[in-house]
Formats: sequence, C-alpha cells, structure tokens
Amino acid sequence: MFQFESLSEFVQMGGHGTYVWAAYLISLSVLIWLVVSPLHRRRKLVQEVIKQQRREAARQQHSNTAQPAP
Amino acid sequence: MWQWFHRLGSPRWFYQTSGKWLPWLSVLALTLLSVGVVWGLGFAPEDAKQGNSFRIIYIHVPASFLALAGYYVMAIAGAVGLIWKMKLADMVMKSAAPIGAVLTFVALVTGAIWGKPTWGTYWVWDARITSMLVLFFLYLGVIALQYSYTSQDAASKASAVLSLVGMVNIPIIYKSVDWWYTLHQPATIKLTEAPSMHPDMFHPLLVMILGFYCFYAVALILNTRVEILHRERRTRWVQDMVLDTREGQN
Repeated sequence: MFQFESLSEFVQMGGHGTYVWAAYLISLSVLIWLVVSPLHRRRKLVQEVIKQQRREAARQQHSNTAQPAP
Repeated sequence: MWQWFHRLGSPRWFYQTSGKWLPWLSVLALTLLSVGVVWGLGFAPEDAKQGNSFRIIYIHVPASFLALAGYYVMAIAGAVGLIWKMKLADMVMKSAAPIGAVLTFVALVTGAIWGKPTWGTYWVWDARITSMLVLFFLYLGVIALQYSYTSQDAASKASAVLSLVGMVNIPIIYKSVDWWYTLHQPATIKLTEAPSMHPDMFHPLLVMILGFYCFYAVALILNTRVEILHRERRTRWVQDMVLDTREGQN
C-alpha cells in the first residue's frame, strides 16, 4: 500500500520532506560518482595507451623508411 | 591448491573473470536498490515516533554496514598483500579505500540530516558518531599514504600497516552504542536476535542492505580493474587488448 494520499504529500513527507529528500539525493549523487569516476579513468587510460601505440607505430614506420639505401 | 592461489593473485585472470561477472552484478545491484528505495520511501509504514524522517534509515544503515565491511575488505587485502606479496591484494586495498571513505561519508551525512528532526541537532560528539568519524579519517589516511610515496611498494606497505592498526577502531564502533549509552540508538539489527523493527519496515531495509552489498562489489571491481590496467599498461596482454578494441572501433 502506498502510504501517501497525493504526490504533494509524498514530497512533503509530513514536514520531513527536506531532510528525507536531501539525504537521498546527496547519497544518490555520491554513489553515482563512485561508479562514473572509475569508468572515466578507464577511458582516459585506454586513450593514453592508444596514443602511445600510434606513436610507437609511427616511429617504427619512420625508421623503416629512413633506412639509407645501400 | 597453490595453483589456484596463484591464479587468484594474477591481475590478468581477475580482470578477465570480473569482466564476465560485472554486468550481472550491476543489474542485480540496480534492481535491488531501485526496489528498496521505492519500497522504503513510499510503501513502508511511517514510524510512530519519528514520522517520515525515519525513511533515511534505508540509506543510513546499509551505508554504515558497508563502511564497516569495506574496512574489513581493505584491511584483509592489505594483510594478504603484506604477507604474501600478492600484487592483486595491494590493488584491491588501494581500490577499497575511496569507496569506503565515500560510504562512511554517506553514513555520517545521512545521520546528521536524520539527527536534525529527531534529536534537534545535526551533530553531537556521541561515541558512535565520533568513532565513525575516526573511520572516515582512517580511510582518508590510507588514500593519502597511497599518494605520498613515489614507490608503489612502499605506499602499499604503509597503507596496509595503517589499515591493520586501524582495525582497533572497528570493535569500538560496534560496541559504542552499548558502552556509552548516549544519543545514538542501539543497533536495529543483530545477527543473534530478531530485529527490533516491524517486518513491514524491516523487509525493505533488508533489500537495501543486499543492494548496497552488490553495489559495493560493483564499485570495488570497477576500481580494481582500472588499477590493474594502470599498473599493467605496459604488459603484453593489456597492449593486445587495447589493440583489439581499436580494431573493433575502426
């Protein structure tokens, strides 16, 4: 059974709305950050590795073409 | 037996296995938490004494549970890393610290918000609250130590020692509500006794606790995987894996 008569009563929570919603919203945003930040770090890390691989490949190609002809 | 132990200690093996578990665990955590929040906010009955402010319990208690459980994870991983020089354990310890800190922060903040309508104040230097604040600082200390050494080995050693010494605080947190009977109410749930709560209020709490455990596992796995990638970024398998994803994109 839903405990509240209307949506506005649900939001007000019998005068405790500010406390309840603040607690839930703060927790929600912090928990989301906890999941998003490793995903973000992972993306950055993979991009760094890709960049390095490209550099390495370019250097190798360069040294191959720059071989002096005998 | 030893082969199993060594495989468990292999970051590469952990990376690949955890990758298979991660989607299922994430779905489970999201489902449990969504059900628990809706149930706790809308359908659990109002508390006779505290009114609707008691609904904060559905965040406060699970977060506090995991703040403590996360400390065990960190300290045990630290001990394993210290004794057996297992690299994966060091990575788990490092990854557990910020998650534990955030969950302790959530427990403290929701507790403070709940305290205002219930006790008339956001903060008191009550034994339980103070020992939780100490827990928060212990987590911060481990995080700080990780970044204060140039050598990762030295950082891991120092963090492990700090987390093991900090274990002293854990029984103090558990017993604080019994030893110093001040403002914080005694434990609602005990393993050895029936809960002092009405089942209609207790069931959503149980769902939230389970949801928080799954969430913790997801967060810890995500953090550990990034740490593995970072430390093994020059190894063959990471290089090959990145190459594979590049080909997938092109």
